[in-house]
Amino acid sequence: MNVLRRIKSNRVLGYGLFVLLALAFVIVFRTEKYILSIGVLGLIFSTLAVSLNLTNGYTGMFSIGHAAFYGIGAYTSALTAMRLGMPFPVAILAAGAMCAVLGAFLALSSARLRGIYLAITTLAFNEIARITETNLQSITRGPFGLPGIPRPNFGFFQLTTDAGAYVIALVLLIASVYLIESLMKSRIGRGLLAIREDEAAAAACGVNVFGYKVMSMAIAAFLAGCAGSVYAHYARFVSPDSFGLNETFMILSMMVFGGMGTSAGPILGAILLIGIQEVFRFAATYRMLIYGVVLVLVVLFRPQGLLGKTTVAGSGIKLNFRRPARSNPSGALTTGLGK
Amino acid sequence: MTLFLQQMLNGLTLGSIYALLAIGFALIFGVLNLVTFAHGEVLMVGAVGAFLVMELFPHNLALGLVVSFVVAFIVGLIVERISFRPFKGAPHMTTMLSTVGISIILMNLAIIFWSAETESLPYRISYGFFQIGEFRITGVQILIMIISAFLLVALTLFLDRTKWGRAMRAISLDVDMARLLGVPSPNIMGLAFALGSALAGVAGILIGIYYNAFSPYMGQDAGLKAFAATVLGGFGSILGAVLGGVILGIAESLTVGYISPAWRDVVAFVILVTVLLLRPRGLMGTRSL
Repeated sequence: MNVLRRIKSNRVLGYGLFVLLALAFVIVFRTEKYILSIGVLGLIFSTLAVSLNLTNGYTGMFSIGHAAFYGIGAYTSALTAMRLGMPFPVAILAAGAMCAVLGAFLALSSARLRGIYLAITTLAFNEIARITETNLQSITRGPFGLPGIPRPNFGFFQLTTDAGAYVIALVLLIASVYLIESLMKSRIGRGLLAIREDEAAAAACGVNVFGYKVMSMAIAAFLAGCAGSVYAHYARFVSPDSFGLNETFMILSMMVFGGMGTSAGPILGAILLIGIQEVFRFAATYRMLIYGVVLVLVVLFRPQGLLGKTTVAGSGIKLNFRRPARSNPSGALTTGLGK
Repeated sequence: MTLFLQQMLNGLTLGSIYALLAIGFALIFGVLNLVTFAHGEVLMVGAVGAFLVMELFPHNLALGLVVSFVVAFIVGLIVERISFRPFKGAPHMTTMLSTVGISIILMNLAIIFWSAETESLPYRISYGFFQIGEFRITGVQILIMIISAFLLVALTLFLDRTKWGRAMRAISLDVDMARLLGVPSPNIMGLAFALGSALAGVAGILIGIYYNAFSPYMGQDAGLKAFAATVLGGFGSILGAVLGGVILGIAESLTVGYISPAWRDVVAFVILVTVLLLRPRGLMGTRSL
């Protein structure tokens, strides 16, 4: 118990242990293709959940289009490597940059939208991206998918194993966590939290609400694009089906499942949800049913997520996950039959 | 010109089904102030329920309509109990995930216990057609529009004239005040959710007989369209939801007719995003930010 508390209170120790475990995993299972693939997917989805946590957990935006960036990143990276013959570092940066630009554009254009209106816009963006990937057959080969993506090639050496892809996914996850952790410790991070708690108050205190929101979305999109790139060069095949609404909701559930707005929560959520799906693979048709039931039960009994707190850190202020409903004149029901 | 009129008519038919879905969605959002992602699957369950009954009692559309309404109403009551009542007013994301879970459950229950494929009724529901030159309007299309219009008027009158409808509007304006004045808010909210779901169920059977195709996946796209139509019209506005549904339906049909069926959903969503950028509260949304 004491050890657990030490890990909980010391992030460096906690993440150090996580990295050691992850490395041990790849050393033990480096030749087991199937088990290794679960590990790679777990790491990629951890990165996705961690990056979504920046916009949804820390900034308080309601984005449900994260799989769009994942997919655009995968396609950009695959095409950069295949058509232009670029090495992997260029491809992954191209993927990230492409997504960052699109994310910033999405945030810029929808900056006036809040809550549920932002949600439907990002959701629409996800659908538009997926259908475009399906229909631009001359570039993406549409629903048939894009086969023959090379393994990561660093110019001076070429990766030849899945274990290599695992290590790249792990490096990306660590880099993402480090980036977001440092961001949240900085002045910018406090600004983002202020926006989440109360946008008007944050603006009144001089926080550049608009700029910070755009930045938050761009960084999250950049990381998701990189994750997509790693996925493309690991699976060596991409098709539009892998980046639809199911994936978006999966990333979202991982984040909420582990604990939105916490540092390690999204990673825990990703690993557990990927794990649950694989453990119940024997149940065949009942697998998705079990997944749905787990989702409902977790939300019902632990709405703040597994690692989520019910108070704002250090302040003792209660967070309301079950607060009574407030009035909402903006969504008031109107019938059109006069006042 | 005939092509245009024909596509407009198809769009209007599709639009009136979307409108039916959207007013249910708007009712739920207006009263509970929360979004459901299980709307499409409730539609599917209603449609499947009606399908099973109509297999037993051939050519009995009236029975199918009643069954779809009742089945979806009951499912709505259950969903509200599990996914909304415990978290009234909680962040959107919490209840949203819960309803995503519910929609996964409903779809997979249908796959396991009913069928994983697209099923058709062994007979065709048909009420003939009228032909003017090249232009053709079928009896089913007219029926769909009449049923949708009837339910819209019925819901409007219900909200406007009855005690329960008034209670729903009171809650949507101010929950706390309504409760202080003696409105049993949890029950009224449950009723609103079930009613919105029941409308989705009727929309389900209408889609089913229009294409004569029933499948566990029929709700996926429809649920998204309901969401989009409601937002397009302005959340909480019943008339706005109707307008949003009809616009989406017509836009889709025109895209199918003039551009390519592959791009129909893109056009619908591009319209949605464009309107939101110009009017962040939707077409008929009353308040500005």
